[in-house]
Amino acid sequence: MLTVSNISRVFESETGEVEALRNINLAVRDKEFLCFIGPSGCGKTTLLRIIAGLDQPTSGEVLLDSKKITSPDSERGMVFQEYSLFPWRRIIDNVSFGMELKGVPKHERYETARKFLKMVGLDAFERSYPYELSGGMRQRAAIARALANDPKVLLMDEPFGSVDAQTRNILQGELLRIWNETRKTVLFITHSIDEAMYLADRVVVLSARPGQIREIIEIGLDRPRVRTSVEVNVIRERLLGLLMEERTRGCGETVCWTGLELGSD
Amino acid sequence: MAAGAGSVKAVRRRRYGVEIASLFVLVVIWQLAADNLVGNAFILPSFTEVMASFYTLQGDMLHDIQISLMHFGIGMAAGIGVGVPFGVAMGWFRTIDRIFDPIIEIVRPIPPIAWIPFAIIWIGLTHTSAGFIVFIGAVFPILINTHAGFKNVSKVLIETAMVLGCTKNYDLIRKVALPSAVPDIATGIRIAMGVAWMCVVAAEMFGMTSGLGYNIWHWKDLHRMDHVMAYMILLGFISLSIDRAFRCLVERRLSGWRKGIVAGS
Repeated sequence: MLTVSNISRVFESETGEVEALRNINLAVRDKEFLCFIGPSGCGKTTLLRIIAGLDQPTSGEVLLDSKKITSPDSERGMVFQEYSLFPWRRIIDNVSFGMELKGVPKHERYETARKFLKMVGLDAFERSYPYELSGGMRQRAAIARALANDPKVLLMDEPFGSVDAQTRNILQGELLRIWNETRKTVLFITHSIDEAMYLADRVVVLSARPGQIREIIEIGLDRPRVRTSVEVNVIRERLLGLLMEERTRGCGETVCWTGLELGSD
Repeated sequence: MAAGAGSVKAVRRRRYGVEIASLFVLVVIWQLAADNLVGNAFILPSFTEVMASFYTLQGDMLHDIQISLMHFGIGMAAGIGVGVPFGVAMGWFRTIDRIFDPIIEIVRPIPPIAWIPFAIIWIGLTHTSAGFIVFIGAVFPILINTHAGFKNVSKVLIETAMVLGCTKNYDLIRKVALPSAVPDIATGIRIAMGVAWMCVVAAEMFGMTSGLGYNIWHWKDLHRMDHVMAYMILLGFISLSIDRAFRCLVERRLSGWRKGIVAGS
């Protein structure tokens, strides 16, 4: 169980203080697939980084199974939007990186790595270097690497943000299958309502800066979902309305033109 | 088949034809100029005279190459041994950077040759003393490039490693920053080798009784400019071979994950 309580984050900058997050409270159920959506610059990434332990909240705390999170560790795996494979390591050595640090013997960690490479459909590419792989394949490998470390929670910061639309749909389907097989808690940031609708158990809508939880929407539809079905569209319409409001509200600020699909925060 | 192989060979021969012709023309012009235009072996020894010098001096040259390579080796080994660890420490730890940066910025612009008097007073007219001058020339390019390589390590890769459980400085340096900086370090070493070779010649001219640099000065004093020219050509060829060998070595090592990374060509 992951509990976020009263998280606020204020960044100090030369031009003054920027309040990125204000009073975030959230209880994530075990094995839940939770999506975060919100206007650009609303602090989604900051929240995820705090949960990962890469950033510290100004106030509040995050508890994972009643243990306070203060620094990164292998209990929470993360997949970044940017390509994050180590370019000097072969795919299999990328996937076994975490186990290598824990001192797992080579044949054992390769065995585990192969299992996860097979899961993401990259078993034929274990000897390749990252530059030889397409964008979608690199993100698959990054997912395999995060899973091979056996984290309790998988944090994903727009992992499919830089792949093309078709690949993106395929990867979403695969992610759901993998999530079904491994049953990790997944926290997934996206700019795309469509993506959130397809993946999430619940969607957390964040407000414009300072990021606050505007609403948490329970999707409650069976998977696989049909992207264009009436039920999906009803919720999609609601999400769209919420986001439009937040976007307009954020327009007093500097980011008004960035819209939903552009930029990253 | 036979015809095919033949045409491939013809293409290859044609490819180097211009280069070979260029060198050939240079030699011819040199020979004609020396014989007919200058007519004085003290001012411009001819090609054939220089070739004769190579023949006469071949025994000495072999010995001199050994001595010079020793000076080069001492200096480069010390340069790598000091430059890489300092570059790593300064690139990784902000305070160490701030402590050493002003010192380095003041010492670095002093030409290595200016250290010769002190090298002789401190270490005497020894091989170590020549190696010291070479070291002064080699250490800064290595240090600066290692430092830059560490500064340029992608933040995403560091954070990726951290969420995979790689949180200690030692592990992060060893597993992420150092491999990521290898191309920069290699570039630094390559630049350093060029400087080091110049320093070998200078140091030997001043304080040695053997070595390639010493012989240039020695034969000048004896007015044997054909021998001087032979040693000059030898210096050039050795430098070229060292550079080519190093590039070959590094590129083979790195080509797996990055192509053509060693700067320039």
